[in-house]
Amino acid sequence: MSGGVDSAVAAARAREAGHDVTGVHLALSRNPQTFRTGARGCCTLEDSRDARRAADVIGIPFYVWDMAEEFHASVVDDFVGEYAAGRTPNPCLRCNEKIKFEAVLDRAIALGFDAVVTGHHARLGADGLLRRSVDLAKDQSYVLAVLTREQLDRAMFPLGDWTKERVRAEAASRGLAVADKPDSHDICFIADGDTRGFLESRLGSAPGDIVDGRTGETLGTHNGAYGFTVGQRKGLDLRVPAADGRPRYVLSITPVTNTVTVGPREDLEVDTVTATRPIQMNFSEMSDIQVQLRAHGDVVDADVSISDGLVTARLKSPARGVAAGQAIVAYQPDPDGDIVLGSATIAAGTRASAHA
Amino acid sequence: MAYLDHAATTPMLPAALDAYVAAAREVGNPSSLHAAGRNARRLVEESRERVAAALGARPSEVVFTSGGTESDNLAVKGVFWARRTAGPERTAVASSSVEHHAVLDAVDWLGAHEGAEVVSLDVDGSGRVTPETLAAVLGERADRLAVISVQWANNEVGTVQPIAELARLAAAAGVPFHTDAVQAVGQVPVDFAASGASALTLTGHKVGGPVGVGALLLGRDVPCTPLLHGGGQERDVRSGTLDTAGVVAFATAVESAVKTRAEYAARVAALRDVLVAGVREAVPDVIYNGAEGDRLPGNAHFSFPGCEGDALLMLLDAQGVYCSTGSACSAGVAQPSHVLLAMGADDARARSSLRFTLGHDSVEADVDALLAVLPGAVERARRAGAWKTPR
Repeated sequence: MSGGVDSAVAAARAREAGHDVTGVHLALSRNPQTFRTGARGCCTLEDSRDARRAADVIGIPFYVWDMAEEFHASVVDDFVGEYAAGRTPNPCLRCNEKIKFEAVLDRAIALGFDAVVTGHHARLGADGLLRRSVDLAKDQSYVLAVLTREQLDRAMFPLGDWTKERVRAEAASRGLAVADKPDSHDICFIADGDTRGFLESRLGSAPGDIVDGRTGETLGTHNGAYGFTVGQRKGLDLRVPAADGRPRYVLSITPVTNTVTVGPREDLEVDTVTATRPIQMNFSEMSDIQVQLRAHGDVVDADVSISDGLVTARLKSPARGVAAGQAIVAYQPDPDGDIVLGSATIAAGTRASAHA
Repeated sequence: MAYLDHAATTPMLPAALDAYVAAAREVGNPSSLHAAGRNARRLVEESRERVAAALGARPSEVVFTSGGTESDNLAVKGVFWARRTAGPERTAVASSSVEHHAVLDAVDWLGAHEGAEVVSLDVDGSGRVTPETLAAVLGERADRLAVISVQWANNEVGTVQPIAELARLAAAAGVPFHTDAVQAVGQVPVDFAASGASALTLTGHKVGGPVGVGALLLGRDVPCTPLLHGGGQERDVRSGTLDTAGVVAFATAVESAVKTRAEYAARVAALRDVLVAGVREAVPDVIYNGAEGDRLPGNAHFSFPGCEGDALLMLLDAQGVYCSTGSACSAGVAQPSHVLLAMGADDARARSSLRFTLGHDSVEADVDALLAVLPGAVERARRAGAWKTPR
């Protein structure tokens, strides 16, 4: 129970379904004085108090579990390491994979519980299939697609058949004070929202070149390639304008040479995505399915094949801003909610017909 | 339900509750000059005399406060300020490494905000400050010490300190000696005059009185600067309208707890010994923390190897057995106990501990309830304990 409205209502619904429910709030900071006192996210002291009050109102026991070490090792260190390697991690996805449905789940099972209930907006029905929420704007199936069959078998998402609006109304009618609490969007362990500053304090300054992807010309310098993400336009601070005067975007990051490569918008377009570490992708070839390449990103029609643990997605229309380290999630379109077929970690995006 | 957390708070004694309700029905500010005020004043002063008589103090030495935390802060900061004002070279403050946070954090605040030199008195493996340890500190810097604070008995592991010996050393060196006796009153003999202490903290809700009222016994000649300024109701060292009903109930509880102490302690210690023997039998590799002899009668404190204390607590809670990890919470998270760490335990052992404390209404069935569910809880907590090992 993060202290937000979703997990509070999820707990209430699980209890009402007849389960013996215990509320758990995760303390995720090693140093309780740092981001637990921050103003945003889901792990401040105020959030912990909100969660406790929600549990009181629902009428379930409540505890705070200290997962700071696990969170730091599995999520924060991984986040920093991925940026250092030139990739763009998704810490929420990682937290689901390693904390909520691994560290918390393992501990819960050992202590005698049967499942972990969360307030994620996704459907997990009796058929065991993970589907998008009825509320497509709030759908979180993307960050849950990383879960294995075993993890899903021990998961419950009671909110998937409700819109966010209905969740809030339900919270209000139950007298839960968190009913109108704003959604959290930021990375919870970066309290001030300054990701680049956070990375710089951990990785130090590492000046390198910004080069033109087409000509190879050095256009400027940067203080650390980790400060950039594929598709990024702002913050390049280039002194030499492009010949055609059009804006330039980050095309790729090469940690070995500490180089950030930039180019025009169309050079961001890829039509083939390769990915590793497939999860739940129990097929060798699937045609006419859909893939999603980042959280809240567009959905693209694609054919996907898997061979020797390497996933290749051929996109039927080009996608932009495909960053290594993000997840590619495959969906089977379905009138009862698109079904998650599995996920993998993006290694590269390429374009069959490269620009001259 | 088996309530095994009396060191956190203990149920009010029926006599104290009755006294509270009766007094709370009456109107009257003890500082008012009319008959209603004089009546309230009489109740307060009678209570002061009863508390003083129960604890070997003079009535004028009893300063009513809002409880243990206020009394500790008043003694530590107030005596520090007053002594430093009288002698600017007195900038050091000494306390044991196993104090309650009400003392520890007050001392740390003096270090951080008043430039005080903070001296920590180490403890032995059972949590005791030996007279030799204090003597060594006094030998080095008695003239610089503004105040010394050592608890009478530890709130986590129940170790009783050699207070009379420590107070004698402090008195010989001319340094005021405060003791936090919150856990001791009603459990072990506490006589303020005989102890030689300059100041002593006690609180109502650990002896069967209400929460929110306590006292600092403060020797007449001990200088103390107030924390709270206002009407100066309590000897000009503590301001705030006196809580007549609370004070009456507090005095009733103190008086009763002290009067019945010997019989209570024998009964509860015997019950505690049954609990300890039962836990040792159920969990053979359990570690019994604290002193075997000089120990509060109702206290049992264990480390359960391979378990997280908070997991065990949750499992016992679900079975209606209420206990404590004994350690303070920081930002909602149980921290490894500073007491256990000071006694030489490592982090894992400190995290694996639980405190069971008995009180005036504890019965054998409480211990039976614990022993019935403990083996299963330990087994589950051990399975979950693997969770902490890095994967």
